[in-house]
Amino acid sequence: MENKKTQNITTVVGIVFLLLLVIVLEQIISPTSTMAMLLTVTKKSAIYAVVAVSMNLLNGFTGLFSLGQAGFMLMGAYTYAIFTIPRAERDAVYYYYDQAMELSFPEVFGNALGSVGFLLGVLLAIILGGLVAAAVAYVIGFPVLRLKSDYLAIATLGFAEIIRALFQWTKLGPITNGANPLKNYVRLNSFKIEMGDTTIGLSTFTTLLFATICIGIMVMLINSSYGRAFKAIREDEVAAEAMGINLYKHKQIAFCISCFFAGVGGAMLAMFANTVQANNFKSNMTFEILLIVVLGGIGSVSGSCIGAVLFVFAAEWWLRGLDSGKWLFINAPGVLRNGFRLVVFSVGIMIVILFFRRGIMGDKELPYYAKRIRDRFIINKPKAGEKENG
Amino acid sequence: MDFFNTTLPYMLSGISVGGQYALIAIGYTMVYGILRLINFAHADVFMVSALLMVYAVSTYSVMLFLAIPLVVTLTVLLGFTIERVAYKPLRNAPRMSVMVSAIGVSYLLQNLALYITGGLNKNYPTIPWLSDSITVFGAMTKRVTVVTPFLTIALVIVLVMLIQRTKIGTAMRAVAKDFETSQLMGIKINSVISMTFIIGTFLAGIGSILYFTNYPGVTPQAGAMPGLKAFVAAVFGGIGSVPGAVLGGFTIGICESLIKGMDSILVSVGILKEPLELATFSDAFTFVLLIVILVFKPTGLLGEKISDKV
Repeated sequence: MENKKTQNITTVVGIVFLLLLVIVLEQIISPTSTMAMLLTVTKKSAIYAVVAVSMNLLNGFTGLFSLGQAGFMLMGAYTYAIFTIPRAERDAVYYYYDQAMELSFPEVFGNALGSVGFLLGVLLAIILGGLVAAAVAYVIGFPVLRLKSDYLAIATLGFAEIIRALFQWTKLGPITNGANPLKNYVRLNSFKIEMGDTTIGLSTFTTLLFATICIGIMVMLINSSYGRAFKAIREDEVAAEAMGINLYKHKQIAFCISCFFAGVGGAMLAMFANTVQANNFKSNMTFEILLIVVLGGIGSVSGSCIGAVLFVFAAEWWLRGLDSGKWLFINAPGVLRNGFRLVVFSVGIMIVILFFRRGIMGDKELPYYAKRIRDRFIINKPKAGEKENG
Repeated sequence: MDFFNTTLPYMLSGISVGGQYALIAIGYTMVYGILRLINFAHADVFMVSALLMVYAVSTYSVMLFLAIPLVVTLTVLLGFTIERVAYKPLRNAPRMSVMVSAIGVSYLLQNLALYITGGLNKNYPTIPWLSDSITVFGAMTKRVTVVTPFLTIALVIVLVMLIQRTKIGTAMRAVAKDFETSQLMGIKINSVISMTFIIGTFLAGIGSILYFTNYPGVTPQAGAMPGLKAFVAAVFGGIGSVPGAVLGGFTIGICESLIKGMDSILVSVGILKEPLELATFSDAFTFVLLIVILVFKPTGLLGEKISDKV
């Protein structure tokens, strides 16, 4: 028990330290320097981590193999964008349609309560994005959750495609802007504190904070009695049912919560990007997130976070040079042209899938490995002491 | 008569694209029947096959009558290699790992295609006899539209004969029925599985020639949609069943094409006053069909009933 307490304290201290570090880094790094990439990829990987953990909750902890993540992210992103475009910008965005929505949460609350209201409005829009995704998940859960393994996978994949088509339908244009992108909504770079001449940028901090809260809630869920029921369902459905777990109810809970956070992740991705367009949420996006989960280890939350960081950092930053002809000390413009980065990257992923099947963390969490390393030192120490005594 | 004239072109293209889906779907259904694996890479093999044709004809100017067998052979080789490299080492792993591996291969093939083509749309070469325009009951179309259903049916009959009458076909059925017992009976499952992939990719190669003759270009993502639809066709018809895959392929092809034309058909009949832009849903419809069939008859139209063992 004592051990668990220190573990929790260490985790919280670590996260607080990380958040403070990010605030400092954000002020030091100028947007024009090469290190500015660090902030961008940190933001993106935090968002991907949320979605990856939400997928892991379903695939890794409950054993429901769902491939609909992109569809739920799309709903979250659209809901967020629709409810945060300021009224003045609406005509420019809905150029081809008469917009049906006039409501902008940050604007309404911002006018009433100032900058606190603005923040509240943004939060409300994000949560609404998650709720829309969860509500839709609840409805489609009725037919879909009765299916088994790959049938469930293909049905959810198909469902994501239906959503994508629906959001591009011209008849819904007044709300979703049809196939045209949504833009000019509240983005991450609006998060800053202005004091006279100095501006304190907080966009990376905000992303990381949101991500931490989301992942924290999911971890708490996994450690609760619900989480234990999920794991029981994963191990053996029949046995779990025999132990008195209501299969359908728990599957539905896991599905809705996972989709809620996928929606929240989608909303955050919208904040990160400049525009939202249904065509960007293809099945490839789901596959990328699945690969992150596998890379980190199916059934490990910290694994998914590490996987997301590695995946985004490698794909967007470390391997960038492979596209532009120069990487580390290799200089071969003929071979290293556009797209080579992703080839190298996908070969790397195939190697992980084939030879390191358990991923980075397996189904263990970070503290497990920390403890193993510490144990090794503790075991070694008395031995050294004995020798001195003898 | 007006109704007939508006519907016919959509019907024709539906039958044609349905035949092409059927050819791809057979690859999915056979692999699933034996390995219980959704081979996500199958769609990308289909796309790579099209790219091989583009490069063989346009870049290396291989004569067309040589290019077709060459491309089909290379496609088969690719399918065989994928099975040996990415699926065989995972034979005893959980099914999810193999599926993830298939997704990984699909990702790799798409990225490779992206690198080689530079993401540009590559024009598919014109195949003289197939691309000729002909007129059927007053509707203009390409000859491939008419050829596809017949070729599909012919190939399927040969395939069914192969499965029912030959030794390797019997082995395939045995492996599909019970993996371990057939191994005990002395069937070399690895060669049976390889054979399955060879047949599947061969048909996908043929399907790719027919499909892209009707479409203007090949992009790295060109395989994804037809691949998914073909998989749905396989599920619809009953996964593991070859005639089922064909039935599913034609059903989905025709429905999809009719939905593409639904606006003009409904307007011509007089049900609708103005178009509803329903064409957006032509892709989505396939998945609605999938969810409906999975809910009401999870084994598909012609699939065998599976009982769960505890």
